[in-house]
Amino acid sequence: MEPESGSLATEKMDIIIGNLLRAGVILSGAIVFIGGLVYLFRHGAEAPAYHVFHGEPSDLRGVPGILHDVVAFRGRGIIQLGLLLLIATPVARVAYLIYAFVLQKDRLYAAVALLVLLLLAYGLSGGRA
Amino acid sequence: MNILEFTGVIAVGSFVAGFLGSITGLGGGVVIVPLLALALGVDIRYAIGASLVSVIATSSGAAAAYVKEGFSNVRIGIFLEIATSAGALGGAFLATRLPVTVIGVIFGVVLLYSAYHAMSAKSEHAASAQSPDPLAVRLQMDAAYPGDHGLVAYHVHRVPMGFGLMAIAGILSGLLGIGSGAVKVIAMDQIMGIPFKVSTATSNFMIGVTAAASAGVYLSRGYIDPGLAMPVMLGVLVGSTVGARFLSTARTPLLRKIFTGVISILALEMIYNSLSGKL
Repeated sequence: MEPESGSLATEKMDIIIGNLLRAGVILSGAIVFIGGLVYLFRHGAEAPAYHVFHGEPSDLRGVPGILHDVVAFRGRGIIQLGLLLLIATPVARVAYLIYAFVLQKDRLYAAVALLVLLLLAYGLSGGRA
Repeated sequence: MNILEFTGVIAVGSFVAGFLGSITGLGGGVVIVPLLALALGVDIRYAIGASLVSVIATSSGAAAAYVKEGFSNVRIGIFLEIATSAGALGGAFLATRLPVTVIGVIFGVVLLYSAYHAMSAKSEHAASAQSPDPLAVRLQMDAAYPGDHGLVAYHVHRVPMGFGLMAIAGILSGLLGIGSGAVKVIAMDQIMGIPFKVSTATSNFMIGVTAAASAGVYLSRGYIDPGLAMPVMLGVLVGSTVGARFLSTARTPLLRKIFTGVISILALEMIYNSLSGKL
C-alpha cells in the first residue's frame, strides 16, 4: 500500500523541518519584540497614522534598507528584520525539502520543490522580472 | 489614543483572535483584517499586510507540533504548493491594482462563506477504501497516517481538480492576507479524498509557504508596516500557542458557534462599509 522505501528518512526529515520552522518563528518573534520595545520607547507618545495609506518609506521595503536601519538601531528597522526572517522560514523549509528529496534520489519531487522555491524567490524580489 | 495605547489594543485584540482561531480551528487571520479596518480605522492595505505576517507565524509555529504527530503529507503539500504559491503571487498583484472597496466586498463574502462552512462542518469520514488513482500513484501521494489501531492507509484522488481549487485558495490568500485554510482543507478532504486529519495538518503546513509568496510582494510594495505588524504578529502568535494548549483538553462547540457568529457580523459590516465607502 504505502511506498515503504525511505519512510523512515521521510519521518526524520519531517521532524527536522518542524524544528527548523519553530526555531525560525521563535527567533523572529524575539527580534520583533526587541524592535518593538525600541520603537515604542521612542515613538510611543506620538499619534498613530494608519487611516490614510501612504506606503512604507523605501528603506523598509527591501533587505539593504532594512539592514541599514538595523545598524542605525531604528526600532522599525529591527521589527522589519524580524518580519523578514519570519517570511524566510517557510522559504528555508522549501529549500531544505529540495536537499532532502535529492538525498532520497527523488528527482520528480526535487524539481517540484525547486519550482516552488523559484516562485517564492520571484515574490521576494518584489515580483519584478 | 497614542501609539503605545494603540499598540496595546491591537496586541490584546490579536491575542484573542489567535486564541479563538486556534481553539475553533478557523484561524486567527480572518478576524485580524476586520478588527483593524472596522474597529480601528486602519487602511485595509496595511491591515492585510499585517495579517499576512501573522498567518506565517501561526502556520510555522504550529507546524512543528503537527509534523511530530505524523499526519501531514509533505509530498502532497509541496506539489499543491505550486498552485497556491503561483495563486498567491497573482492575488498579491491583484491587491495592488483593485480598488479598496472591491477588496472589502470580496473579503466580506469570503468571511461569510467561511462562517457558513464552519457551521456545516461535518464529522470526520473514514479513510476511503476506493481503488488507487493512477496520477496520484505516479506522484507517490498515497500514504498512511497513525490511527487508533495502527497505520491507516489512504489513496488520493482527483489531483487536477484539487490543484485548481488550490490555485483559488492561493489567490484569496494573496489578495486578502488570510491563510485560506478552509479552502485548502476542502480541496484535500472533499475533492481529493484525503483523510480530514491529514488534510488539516498538510493545509497548516502549506499556509506559511503560500503566505510567504505574497508577503514578499507586499513588503516590497510598502504594505507591511512594522509598527502595526509587530503587535499583530506577537499577539496572534502567543494567542494561538496558548489556544493550542487548550485544544487537547477541551472541545468547545459553544465557543465555535460564538466565534462563527462574530465572523458573520464582521462580514456583513465589511460589505456594508465597503459599499457605503466608509472603508
